[in-house]
Amino acid sequence: MVDYLDTPLFGIFLSLIAFQIGMYINKRTKMAILSPLVIALIIIIGSLNLLKIDYETFNKGGSIISFFLGPATVILAVPLYKQINRLKESALPILIGIVVGSVFSIVSVIILGKMFDLSEVVIKSLVPKATTTAISQELSAQIGGIPAITIAGTLVNGISGNLMGVYIMKIFRIRDKEAVGVALGTTSHAVGTAKAMELGEIEGGMSSLSISIAGLVTVFLAPILIRLLMG
Amino acid sequence: MKVFKELAIIIGILLFSYLIQKLSQIPVPAPVLGMILLLVSLLIGIVKLEDIELVSKFFLDHLTFLFVPSGVGLMLVWGIIKEQWAVIFLIALFTTFLAMGITGITVELVKKLREGGPW
Repeated sequence: MVDYLDTPLFGIFLSLIAFQIGMYINKRTKMAILSPLVIALIIIIGSLNLLKIDYETFNKGGSIISFFLGPATVILAVPLYKQINRLKESALPILIGIVVGSVFSIVSVIILGKMFDLSEVVIKSLVPKATTTAISQELSAQIGGIPAITIAGTLVNGISGNLMGVYIMKIFRIRDKEAVGVALGTTSHAVGTAKAMELGEIEGGMSSLSISIAGLVTVFLAPILIRLLMG
Repeated sequence: MKVFKELAIIIGILLFSYLIQKLSQIPVPAPVLGMILLLVSLLIGIVKLEDIELVSKFFLDHLTFLFVPSGVGLMLVWGIIKEQWAVIFLIALFTTFLAMGITGITVELVKKLREGGPW
């Protein structure tokens, strides 16, 4: 603990500055891999290490920001509600797609994690990574993972899905617009949805609908699948 | 002053969810429970979109910023993953690739089956 920085103001200020720099660089380069969050994390972790300031000092302010994740997660119901009439026409294929995709995400992580000898806590941290960060990190804590690792995994899912999405659709020959949207939203949450929105309105709507449903499905199925496969 | 009422609705739902979660011990995070509660309230019309429009727009527009401090937590756990970070990264990448393909294929397949089969 660095005494003279013993105030929440420091962590909040550093987060604000770092995120603004991140947004600026992201706008300038327009590269998904340079997301504002990635840049902000590099800046903050870099400067804390450089100035020998520990996480505890930073998190005095950080925890105040994190607190607002709770209300933000509740509000994820709003985009879901706005898109829910899109479900009417092809509810069955969409819901089955989301459930299969979510289950596959969870199971594949557990199996590969075991194959490559990852520790139990790391596997549990990666299980929720396909869902949007608000849900993935809550769920991670709930099932015995480490939220920070989950956030890193969630970033990989989002950014790689955004970058590879179009090629994945080509490789798997997925042409249906709804299928493309559901695939992007279920596995790459909001960052994948940004790509889906570039592709078109149907893709974008489907993708944003899939974020919340995939999150809910994962919250309910992850603990069961973990018990079955890791118990 | 509308923003106070809006915040009260969201925080109220979250508090209620937190109490349900504590009392029932169901393994669903309170904020996710709150999300379900808000969705149901919107669907049955107890809460209207206009009742929470300012607060929901603010949070949805600035959501990513809220993950910054938790992400910084990576510096605490780096010791746990530093020897395996490349494997972890590749697993995350590979499972995203496969899961995305399988999700899309499933949606197309169910659609085709429902239309009387692809054959």
